[in-house]
Formats: sequence, structure tokens, C-alpha cells
Amino acid sequence: MSKTWWKILGPILVIYTTIAGLLLGVPHLDILNETIRNLYFHVPMWFAMIVLFSISVFYSIKSLSSKSETDDLRAVESINVGIVFGVLGLVTGAIWAKFTWGQYWSFDPKQNFAAISILLYFAYLVLRNAIDEEQKRAKISAIYNIFAFPMMVVLLFVLPRLQSSLHPGNGGNPGFNSYDLDSRMRAVFYPACLGWIIIGYWIYTIRFRIRTLENKQL
Amino acid sequence: MQLAKQVKQLIRKEMLLEWRSKYALNGVLLYVVSTVFVCFLSFLNRPEKLTWNALFWIIMLFASINAVAKSFLQESKGRHLYIYTLVSPTALIIAKTIYNSLLMIGLTLIALLFYCMVFDFPAGGDLLMYIVATILGSLTFATIFTMVSAIASKAGNGGMLMAILSFPIIIPVLILLIKLAKNAIDGLDRSVSLDDIGMVVIVNIMVMAVSLLLFPYLWRD
Repeated sequence: MSKTWWKILGPILVIYTTIAGLLLGVPHLDILNETIRNLYFHVPMWFAMIVLFSISVFYSIKSLSSKSETDDLRAVESINVGIVFGVLGLVTGAIWAKFTWGQYWSFDPKQNFAAISILLYFAYLVLRNAIDEEQKRAKISAIYNIFAFPMMVVLLFVLPRLQSSLHPGNGGNPGFNSYDLDSRMRAVFYPACLGWIIIGYWIYTIRFRIRTLENKQL
Repeated sequence: MQLAKQVKQLIRKEMLLEWRSKYALNGVLLYVVSTVFVCFLSFLNRPEKLTWNALFWIIMLFASINAVAKSFLQESKGRHLYIYTLVSPTALIIAKTIYNSLLMIGLTLIALLFYCMVFDFPAGGDLLMYIVATILGSLTFATIFTMVSAIASKAGNGGMLMAILSFPIIIPVLILLIKLAKNAIDGLDRSVSLDDIGMVVIVNIMVMAVSLLLFPYLWRD
């Protein structure tokens, strides 16, 4: 129980935020209206993705010095799960954009940069597939992963701030850390972030264990 | 001291090799000149400011990928091994980056000169600022592509992988550079661009630092 409590906490938080996020009251803002509820589902995806990619960079650095296969497996599996969360973040964002901006993809800087940062990790997977030898693959892909991570940080956190974007939080548009996030929303938003991060981490550990078992059978 | 000496020798070697074959230089020059010429033939008249800027960066992007990719991809495995026994990996990556930066700055200036000869520089633009932007751009292309070409050459199959790996990394910097260049073309006050220049310099320093840290691991087989 002491080791598995977070596996219970994660689903409870996600179920709670899904129900509460759709039912509890939200502040009424122009343009956003009820779509502000997307905050509970869209933003946690990015948080989970960032956490998973950070885990992967941590294990990539570790695998460069330890040269162990498990560290490499941990790095690649957290990227696999992180990409899924990134794509979900793009999709939830696009659906929201359809109802507020009028179209799924309007080439807003935030959308573009998020898509490019996912592309970085697709490139990582392509690089892995291009190399056959396992140790070489572990080493080179770890190096690319560490090289790409600062670029992803620049893409997601620095560049969108320099350009005008319609995305909430940019240039006077209502954003999640400004006036509109009242205490009712905080009570759902923070648990949602924590819950999805836990779910993401859990999926990653399961995938890692499956891969380890597969490797043992070979 | 040892490091500085090794770097100097390696840069000398690269320059000598390039001077003897003139392969990269001529190839890329031919590429730039022919692209500009094709554009001239298809546009017939002078393109407007935005197109002018976009066209120049497209030409520079592909020319620099071709020029820098060769730095690691063209060398044989045997020569890699030979260099490995002689110098430290840090010296090698510093030397390659400096050499590629010099090559890129030279190429960019020649390309810009030729480009301005065919399509006049837009009236009212700030030429000095544009040159600063292109030099910053060539430095960025050199630092990023050098490291990526090292990764691609270790991974085995060269050109294709090089493009896949480098485009997502270069796009964010390219956006900054194009913005910087557009400010220059529009003739905006120089103080407007200072933030962008700072940002590009920071990205360059970051890439250089990460390359220096990572290259020794990459190099050792």
C-alpha cells in the first residue's frame, strides 16, 4: 500500500476532475464562455508531456554514463508516452480552437511551435529506427535527446512569448494565471494536472516493464 | 594551451583540404548562383520585400545544410579513427564549428552580394542590420548543423537523417532570424531588434555548450 497509493490517487483525481470539470461552475468570460472547461483537459496534457520528456532526458543523461540498457529503455518509453500526451494536447487544443477561433488549425504560433516540438521527438524515434546496433543506438539517441530538449523548452516557453498569439495567456488574451482562474477553477485545475501526470507516469512504468519482459524472453 | 594548438591545427587542416579540392565551396556557390538565377527567370521582375526575404532564407537554409553536412559525413571511418588517436574530441568539435562558421559567413556574404546584384536590396531597408542578421544566421546554422551532422554520420545513413534531425531544431531559430531580417528590411529602428539578437546569441551559446558537453560521448565508439 505504501508503494501503490499514487496509483489509486491518480485515477481518483482524474475521475474527480472529469466530473467536477464538467459540472462545477466556471466564471463567464467573453468568447471563451463554457469552453474554458477545456483548461482542465488541455493544459494537463502538456504538463504530463513535459514531465515525461524530463524523465526521458534524466535517463538519457544517466544512460550516457552508466551505459545500461534499462536506462535507455526508460528514456525511449517515457518519450513514447510523452508523444501520446503531446498529440492529445494538440487535439484537445484543436477541438477547442474550432469552437472559439472558428477552425481546427489556424497556424497560430502556439499551435505551430507545439507541433514542431512534437516533430522533434518523432525525429528522435526515426533516428532510433535508423540504427541497428543496440549500444550505438542507445548512445546516439541519448545524445540527440539531450540536444533536442533545450530546443523544445525554447519552442514551448520562450518563442510563443515573443510573437503575438491568440492563445489564452498571450498578449492580453485571458489566460489561466490571470484574473479568470478563480478559486473554483483552481480546485479542479491543480488536481487535474497532478492526476494526469500520475496517469502518464503510470503508463510509462507499465510500458517499461512490458519492454523489459519482452527483452528477457529474447 | 594544448587544446588551442590542436584546434588551430585542425582548422588549418580543414581549410587546406577545402582549398585543395574546392569541392564544398564551388558546389555551394554554384547552388546559390543557380537558385538565384532560376528565381530571377521565374519572377521576371523584382519580388516584393516579403518574398525577397523569404527567398533569401530558403536559399541560405539549403545551401548551408549542403555545406555543413559534409563536415562529418564526407570523412571516412579510417580518418575518424586516425583523428581520434591524435586530438581530443573537444578540440575537434571546436575546430569543426569554427571552420564551418567561417565557411558559412563567407558563403553567406557572397550569396548576399550576388542576391543583391540580381534583385536590388529593398529601398528603405537597413543593409547593415540585414548583414548582421545573416551573419548571426550563418553562425547559428554552423553550430547546429555541425553537431547534427556529427550525430547523423555516427548513425550511418547520412543525408536523409541529417534533414530529419536538423529541421525541427533549426526552425525555431530560423523564425527568429527571419523576424530579425524582416525588421532590417522594413528599416525599423535598430533598438527594436536588440531583443531578437540577444535571443539568437543565447540559443547559439546554448547549442555550443550542449555540443561541447555531448560530443566527447558521441565520438568515442
